[in-house]
Amino acid sequence: MDQILTLFYENKEFIFLIIVSIFLGIEVISNVPAVLHTPLMSGANAIHGVVIIGAIIIMLEADPTNYLALILGFFAVVLGTLNVVGGFVVTNRMLEMFKKKDKK
Amino acid sequence: MRELLGNSLLEICYIAASITFILGLKMLSSPDKARKGNLYAAYGMGLAIVATLLFKEPLVGAKSLNYILILAGLLIGTLIGTRMAVKVKMTAMPQMVSFFNGMGGACAAVISIVEFDHVMHTGEFDLGLMIIIAVGLIIGSVSFAGSIVAYGKLEGKIGDKAIPGGQIINILLLIALVVVGGYLATMSAPTSMLLYALLGISLLYGILFVMPIGGADMPVVISLLNSFTGVAAAFGGFLYGNQAMLTGGILVGSAGTILTVLMCTAMNRSLANVIIGSFGGGGAAAAAGGDQGTVKEISATDAAILLAYANRVSVVPGYGLAVAQAQHTIHELEQLLVEKGVEFSYAIHPVAGRMPGHMNVLLAEADVPYPMLHEMEDANAQMANTDVVLVIGANDVVNPAAEKDPSSPIYGMPIIKASDAKNIIVMKRSMGKGYAGIENELFFHDKNRMLFGDAKASIQKLITEVKNL
Repeated sequence: MDQILTLFYENKEFIFLIIVSIFLGIEVISNVPAVLHTPLMSGANAIHGVVIIGAIIIMLEADPTNYLALILGFFAVVLGTLNVVGGFVVTNRMLEMFKKKDKK
Repeated sequence: MRELLGNSLLEICYIAASITFILGLKMLSSPDKARKGNLYAAYGMGLAIVATLLFKEPLVGAKSLNYILILAGLLIGTLIGTRMAVKVKMTAMPQMVSFFNGMGGACAAVISIVEFDHVMHTGEFDLGLMIIIAVGLIIGSVSFAGSIVAYGKLEGKIGDKAIPGGQIINILLLIALVVVGGYLATMSAPTSMLLYALLGISLLYGILFVMPIGGADMPVVISLLNSFTGVAAAFGGFLYGNQAMLTGGILVGSAGTILTVLMCTAMNRSLANVIIGSFGGGGAAAAAGGDQGTVKEISATDAAILLAYANRVSVVPGYGLAVAQAQHTIHELEQLLVEKGVEFSYAIHPVAGRMPGHMNVLLAEADVPYPMLHEMEDANAQMANTDVVLVIGANDVVNPAAEKDPSSPIYGMPIIKASDAKNIIVMKRSMGKGYAGIENELFFHDKNRMLFGDAKASIQKLITEVKNL
C-alpha cells in the first residue's frame, strides 16, 4: 500500500499531465469531418513515433560494451524512424491531394 | 553551468515539440489547414530528435560508437521509410499506415526489453519502474503483432479466419498477460525468461485479436492499434521522465480512441460490435434469402446514351474504383459529361472503400474538384432529382438491406439511397458479393441495369461511346 501511495505521490505531476492531455486529445479532434479521418489517423500515427526519443536515449545511455543493448537499441532507432518519417511522408502525400484540388 | 544550459534548452525544445503536436492534431482536423498541421508536427518531431542528440547528456564513457549507431539508425530508417511512403500506391495507403504503426509499437516493445536488461544489471527493482516496463512491453507488442496482421489482411496475404473458441482463447490470453505482467512487476528477482514469456503472450494476443475481425473493419482496428501505440509511447515517456514522449503519446492515445469511436459511429456500429461480432457470419443468413429476381444487363452504348442525355448524374464510388485505378478515367468521363451540360456529382459514403476518406483521397489524386464531392446526407437529399446514379465498384454502401433487413450484418448502417434515383447503373466485375459477404437486392431492382467488367475498361468504353454520340 505504501509503495503504491509513494508511486502516486512521486509521479503526481505526470499523472496530472496525463489527465490534461487525455482531455486535450479528445477536445482537439472532436470536430473532424469524416473526409479527414484517414489523414488524421495517419498524422496521429506519425506523432506517436515520438517513441524514437526513447530509443535515442537508450543508445545514449548504453554501455559501449553491452552489445545486446547496442544492437536492440539500434533496431529501436530504425523502427522508430520508420514510424516517424514514413508516417509524416504518407500523411503529407494524402493531404497533398486535397491541396491540389483546392487550387483548381 | 553548461550542463544546466543544455538541460534547459532540451526541455524548451520538448515543450516546443509538444505544442507542435497539439497544433498539428488540431489543424489535421480541418481540411484547409491539415497539410500545414502535418508539417508543423513533423518539424516539432525533428526538433525533439535533434535536441535529444545535442543536449542529452550521454552516459559517462559512452563512445562515438553510440552516436554512430544512432545516426546510422536514423539514416536507414529515413531512407527506407521515405522510399516506402513515396512508392506506395494510393489504394494501399491504409496498410502502409498500419505497417508504420506496427514499427512504432515494436520500437516501444524493444525499449522495454533493453530497459529490463538494464535493470537486471543494476539490480534496482522498483515497483513503478517494473510496471512501466511490463505495460510498455505488452501494449507495444500487441500493437506490433496486430498491426502486421492488419497489414497482411489489407494486402490480401492473410484471409479472415475465425478460430473456434477464439473469444475464450483471447480472454484467457488477456488474463495470462495481467497475471504474468503483475508477477514480473512485483517479484523481487525477475528473470529474463519471464520477460520473454510476456513478450510471447503479447504477440500471440495481438495476432489472435485482429485475426477474426473482417477486412472491412480493418480501418477501425488500425485506428484502435494506433491509439495503443500512442499509449505505449507515453509509457516510454514515463520511463525517462520525458514530457515530449508523454504528451505526444497520450494525445495520440486519447485522440486515436475518439477517432476510433467516430469511425464506428460513421458505420453506425459500436466498437464492441466491431471487435467481437464477426462480419463474415452474415453470409449464410443472407444466402438463405434465395432467389431475388433477375439481373438486367445494359450495353455500354445504352449506358452512354442514358448518361449523356441526363440532367443530373451522380457517381457512387467504392473500393472497386480504387482497385481498378479508375479515378483518372472517371474524371475524364465527368469532364466530358459536364461539357455536355450534365450536372455531375460524386456521392461519397463515409466508409466507402477500405477507410473513411479513402474515396476523397483517391478522387483528389485525379484532380476532381472538391465541390463535386457530396457527402452522403446531401447526396441522398438530391437523389430523387437525379436521373442516373452510377455505382462504380461499390456494394455494401448502397445495399438496401442495411435499412430493411434486421437480420443483415450491416443492418443500421446508413446507406446512399441509390434506388431513389430515376435510373441506376451498377458497374461491377461480377455478381460477387461485397466485403460484408452479403447479397445486394439493389442489383435486382427494377430500375437497375448492370454493366459488367473492370471499372476502368467499362468507363473507358463509356467515354468512347459518349464521344461518338
